[in-house]
Amino acid sequence: MEDHISKKKFMEELRRYQKGSVTRRHFLGVTGLGAATAVMGAAMPGLRATSALAASDIGDRVVLATWPNYHDQANFDMFTDQTGAFLQVNVFGSNEEMLAKLQAGGSGWDVYVPTNYTITTYVEEGLIEPLDLSKLPNYDPAAFDPRFSEAGIVDGVVYAVPKNWGTTGMAVNTKHDGGKAFTSWKDFFDRTMEDYSGRTMVHDYQLTTIGAALNYHGYSFNSVAENELADAEKLLIAVKPHLFAITSDYQPAMRSGDAWLTICWTGDGKQLNTDIPEIAYVLGKEGGELWSDYYAIPKGAPHMEAAYALINFMLDPEVNAREVLAHGYPVADSRTNALLPEEILNDPILYPAAELLNALEFGAAATLTDPNRAELIARFKSA
Amino acid sequence: MSQRARNWLLVAPAGAWLLVMLVLPLSVVFVFSFGERAPSGGYVPAFTFEQYLNLPARFAAFKNTLILAPLGTFAALLIAYPLAYQLAVRTSEKWKTMLLVLVIVPFWTSILIRSYAWIFILGGRGIPALLEIVGIEDMRLINTPFAVLVGIVYGYLPLMVFPIYVSLDRLDKRLLEASSDLGAHPLTTFFKVTLPMSISGIATGCMLVFILLMGEFLIPALLGGGKVFFVGNALVDLFLQSRNWAYGSAVAMMLIIIMLVTVTLYMRLISRLNIQRDDASIM
Repeated sequence: MEDHISKKKFMEELRRYQKGSVTRRHFLGVTGLGAATAVMGAAMPGLRATSALAASDIGDRVVLATWPNYHDQANFDMFTDQTGAFLQVNVFGSNEEMLAKLQAGGSGWDVYVPTNYTITTYVEEGLIEPLDLSKLPNYDPAAFDPRFSEAGIVDGVVYAVPKNWGTTGMAVNTKHDGGKAFTSWKDFFDRTMEDYSGRTMVHDYQLTTIGAALNYHGYSFNSVAENELADAEKLLIAVKPHLFAITSDYQPAMRSGDAWLTICWTGDGKQLNTDIPEIAYVLGKEGGELWSDYYAIPKGAPHMEAAYALINFMLDPEVNAREVLAHGYPVADSRTNALLPEEILNDPILYPAAELLNALEFGAAATLTDPNRAELIARFKSA
Repeated sequence: MSQRARNWLLVAPAGAWLLVMLVLPLSVVFVFSFGERAPSGGYVPAFTFEQYLNLPARFAAFKNTLILAPLGTFAALLIAYPLAYQLAVRTSEKWKTMLLVLVIVPFWTSILIRSYAWIFILGGRGIPALLEIVGIEDMRLINTPFAVLVGIVYGYLPLMVFPIYVSLDRLDKRLLEASSDLGAHPLTTFFKVTLPMSISGIATGCMLVFILLMGEFLIPALLGGGKVFFVGNALVDLFLQSRNWAYGSAVAMMLIIIMLVTVTLYMRLISRLNIQRDDASIM
């Protein structure tokens, strides 16, 4: 029979799963393992960190819907210690999926992390709670670069406060590039059909995958023009036989060496590059995406007080600085940046050169909700 | 209480359950399938056949499912039968229980985690790395239909083993002795006695595995890397990514129709086989 493992070790293993490999939409979001593990943790009180201050009145838990590899577990533990509220984490792979869950109703979430271009849709659909800033003393609007905080404000009402920002580029294992560096989305798709054949991954996410194919043709990342989308689809269908996988969970295959090239977000690029220096993070010179994630509270959140407590806790500059060190995504908060070491602030992955950054576009609300783009990616996947 | 009232009372829990959990949701799916996608996703009422006319756009998903589900069922049968035979006919009572438990042990862990293990076994550092040692280079296993097939057979094997085991276990061993005493070759005995007597177990096992495989989405998603696409994956996409509930409902209805047709044909075939063998029990 099985060897016993300690409860603590068991929880650590589960958390490793949550943070690392078992992440994106295919498993956690769809199967609810993330929720299942967290529920299991919650259902076994012995596994929970007990708190000296458990008498706080925010309740015993807070449910966070977030992206993979996007938090420092130590911060979560500290929050539980301080407030007595256990963090139940649901991990998602795409904004579409988050929107789908909220549209279906009864998500049970208290806090979620929508990306800039989704917030107006959430407001229109009545799925997001206006924030009571008096409950968020750690939020100082003046400290944030408005470029990365303005999307949280719709018609003068603050619905969301900035979490992190970043870029969407590509991660390349340079060991196999034969001395020819990747610099563009043209390289990305052309070489997928040549020397990187069978080694490339694209996201299971219409926004970034179609966006990259549009950039290849020199079109806008946000295009919804029919003829431009048709060109993008043609390219994606042609590339598909050469792909290693269509997944937003690309770190494991990059780490194992099965895949050499992938569409990639800043923090994943930073994490891969830190552990495996030959994996470079590159922004396509044609352009690409610049994005900003926010903390927000869905309408009718079951643990509203705990939700405010969690957001306020995460906006504490010291907590936020630990987050950055753990996940490698930059923040727009000058108070937090003041606490970060020089080498992080000068890191070209986190803070790309101005000319590369200027070529990038923020995703648009219409890009996310466009039915033609949604159907295009589904056709591409089932082709 | 009259007999009639008692009968109704006895059926009530199952009936209520079926009504709430099956009939009502299916009706919703049926109604939705004639609707349209709301502008930012979801469903708006309408009466259109547009969703059904658009079904060819998921042809590849139906094709993949209709090839890999029967293939997976057949492969599971080929592997499960000898195992069940060994357990039921050849194993002493002392070992039987323990070996049967071993067949179920994998079910104690989530299929998700077990599939994840297969990602590493079939990935570049797993079997392909071993093959390289013996000189077979660049073997790609993960994210191929083969990987999905391996995952399917692995995941569903116990569901195939048990019904076959039960049918073989009930087999009167004296029949085998009689056949052999009358001079039949062991192979003849197997094909004339053992196999026909276990047909009901085979039928049940195949049906269980096939029906579940038709709706499978996890194994293709994990071991197919998003490139081996089942109808189940198309449904997950339509409901959770592109939020086209109307079209998703039409795809779901189509899947249900295909299942009904194939399962009906299959039941007919099996009952005909059983009548020929003069054995009335199907399951």
